[in-house]
Amino acid sequence: MAIDSKLAEDLKSQGVHVTSFESLINWGRSSSLWPLQFGLACCAIEMIAATMAKYDMARFGAEVFRPSPRQADLMIVAGTVTKKMAPQVVRLYNQMAEPKYVIAMGACAISGGPFKEGYNVLKGIDRFIPVDVVIPGCPPRPEALLEGLLTLRAKIAKEKLLGKHRARHADPDGTAAYPVPEFGAHDLEPTANRDIWNPPSVVREAEGGEA
Amino acid sequence: MSVDPEAILKRLQEALPGAAIVLRTNPSPSGQHSLLVAGANLIEICRFLRDTPDLAFDFLSNVTGVDWPDPAKADKAAVPAAGEGTPASEGFLEVLYHLYSISRRVGPLVLRARTQDRGDNAKIPSVVSVFRSAEFQEREIFDLYGVEFTGHPDLRRILMWDEYVDHPMRKDYVAPDDYEYEPTPHAAVLDQAQRHYPGTP
Repeated sequence: MAIDSKLAEDLKSQGVHVTSFESLINWGRSSSLWPLQFGLACCAIEMIAATMAKYDMARFGAEVFRPSPRQADLMIVAGTVTKKMAPQVVRLYNQMAEPKYVIAMGACAISGGPFKEGYNVLKGIDRFIPVDVVIPGCPPRPEALLEGLLTLRAKIAKEKLLGKHRARHADPDGTAAYPVPEFGAHDLEPTANRDIWNPPSVVREAEGGEA
Repeated sequence: MSVDPEAILKRLQEALPGAAIVLRTNPSPSGQHSLLVAGANLIEICRFLRDTPDLAFDFLSNVTGVDWPDPAKADKAAVPAAGEGTPASEGFLEVLYHLYSISRRVGPLVLRARTQDRGDNAKIPSVVSVFRSAEFQEREIFDLYGVEFTGHPDLRRILMWDEYVDHPMRKDYVAPDDYEYEPTPHAAVLDQAQRHYPGTP
């Protein structure tokens, strides 16, 4: 399957480009990521700045922000996800067509950030939808978003379309939709999707050293 | 320019002799004194303050709430509650109104009104009929403190979802335990960690 790299070089010098179907598909996908156009808080301002002339996200093929989830490949969760907003974000994700990717931008989208102790903020969007790339910062600078985009591109370039470790969207048994949480009397129900998110288990040692 | 609440109190007492109004002084350097009014008189007081030409408090800038679960910690003023009778002993909710006069460039005049209790009688008349700007602010206080504003045209929750039953800004509110891992918990977060993982130091 793999082509001898020297042979590939020789062919290339003769004007013949040899590649695999997989890398061609991945090259196409990673080079034209269309983000879903929505912002939730101040991170969205940085996201908007990243698309404008100075930082120019168009250089990486991701400038076509789509107003419909049906046309988008990439969800940039830019900002604080309140518990009231979380079901809508999950629903938008479910409505996106595969293959789809999620970037959690900023401290709030990752973990709740400065509002983590609050009653109204979801402590990380990864509780309900799978996140591919996280970008720390409060808010991250546009350069950081571009770095996150390049990280995602590198990740897509390495995706497998066949075999045991194939990508979720290439797996016939893979799911494209995740349960939307309901509004409960005190909190979202459920508070997290336990199939994709579980907190790290903590083993604390007693004082004095005896574990 | 700041207002002179004593002069306004005098004017109010002349105009509305039946109304229960107490001047509460604030000893801090900012000296933001307030008028504690009975909920039953609130609307007529607001209307008088707005419509009297030389007072002309035409702008309700802010409405906010205070929870007093322990009345011993509240000030000792004769508490004019929303309804008749003496204040309840089990605590009450308070609503504050900051009035400005844009035409006279003075303010704020702080009005305070108290509910009878924190339960079924946590009611205060809505001032939406006088100041339209109170509509969303009163909805927010209804949402976060649980004060029922009687006469409000559209009293629904505004920040939390409709199925929500708690009032998060009350002192006795307990947030749901969705604690997860913290690498170095301390202070309140350490208490939370110990509650969540009982038996760990």
